[in-house]
Amino acid sequence: MDPILEIDGLSCRIGGREVLRQIDLTVAEGETVVLLGRSGSGKTTLLKCVNGMSPATEGEVRFEGQRAADWDLIRMRRRMGYVIQEGGLFPHWTVARNVGLVPRLEGRSEAATSRRVDELLESVGMPPGEFRGRYPRQLSGGQKQRVGIARALAGDPPLLLLDEPFAALDPITRFDLQRQFLELRQKLRKTALFVTHDVREALMLASRIVLLREGRVELAAAPAEFVAAESAEAQAFLGSLREPS
Amino acid sequence: MAAEILALSIEHIELVLLTLGIAAAIGLPGAVVLARRVRWRRPVVGFVNIAQTVPSLAMFGFLLPLPLVGGIGKHTAVVALTLYALLPIVRNTLVGLLGVDAGVRESAVAMGMTPRQILWQVELPLAVPSIVAGLRLATVATIGTATIAAAIGGGGLGVFIFRGISMYDKWTVLAGAVPAAAMALAADEALGWVEHKLSVGAGK
Repeated sequence: MDPILEIDGLSCRIGGREVLRQIDLTVAEGETVVLLGRSGSGKTTLLKCVNGMSPATEGEVRFEGQRAADWDLIRMRRRMGYVIQEGGLFPHWTVARNVGLVPRLEGRSEAATSRRVDELLESVGMPPGEFRGRYPRQLSGGQKQRVGIARALAGDPPLLLLDEPFAALDPITRFDLQRQFLELRQKLRKTALFVTHDVREALMLASRIVLLREGRVELAAAPAEFVAAESAEAQAFLGSLREPS
Repeated sequence: MAAEILALSIEHIELVLLTLGIAAAIGLPGAVVLARRVRWRRPVVGFVNIAQTVPSLAMFGFLLPLPLVGGIGKHTAVVALTLYALLPIVRNTLVGLLGVDAGVRESAVAMGMTPRQILWQVELPLAVPSIVAGLRLATVATIGTATIAAAIGGGGLGVFIFRGISMYDKWTVLAGAVPAAAMALAADEALGWVEHKLSVGAGK
């Protein structure tokens, strides 16, 4: 498979602190790479370096074979769907308008945008007839995240960036959305870079887990290898699974 | 008398509208710029704050000897009133723009909106209730303060008030004060209604 994303020797310093150190990572088409790490391990910063929201101090990011520096930043971001914890939906826009954001920015016709919105709402399990006209404040936490994912998919981007999209949800809703994410991935064959601090989520969703510790890649392994890894940090995460919760 | 009340009321309204027009024309774009430039924010808001604390009669006194903006007449009054009206407009617009949820702004950037699109489609619409609240404060304050403009030949309902004071005639004072107060109350009500409508529309 062709790599969609290649990260070479990426370092990032924010306010004098070295947040990322010499990150190398390649993401192939169709993969779901989960960035796992504690708070402050640099996983969110890595995500933001990929779409140019955090400037790299060293190293290089290539997206679809082209250096990020050579991309028009706006065009590149529209080819990367983005989902954050609380969805980041625009509170003054309806669900339909939120989901249709990127198609509309890309100058697609209202009719085409509208069809796309319906199709996406359908695919995240939200009947368009019921939800199109609602405002984000009229949605539950899980529904907001579904809309957030639909919005991220709307421009049919080759890469999805997800920053702890399910972290603020109750366990039942979270499991629901995780399952749906797997189904969607199966259907749409999307490549995703997924940030989480939840090892259970990582094991469930990842084709590959990249464990970050203090800004470095501690370990990169498929879930099956991850559970057997000797890394102390990996064991610490796995240990949290064995604790009765 | 009634004809004069009407004439001076109209003059008063003109004074207020002119002031608010200029203050909004400076204050709204000014606040948009300040929202982006952290370093300018403190000194500019500080200056506008200080302008607000100068007593209005003293302000007219300061402005009188200045070239261009000073002198006796309407334009000096408008300059002074504009300085007062700037604070609520600038401050509320800033509060509105800076109050946009960080996640909303982050998503807007990450989804590939240009800075201009973010300003016009996200930040300004979300700031509208706060901006209107600022305009409302500025309007009510200007209607009241504009009565002092008569002291330097600015005209308006203050003419009655100053005339009444010099003649020891409370009825003449009231002929200026009552319409000005009524005007302020009406403006407050009307803009309060607009503010409420917009807040509901913005999902708050």
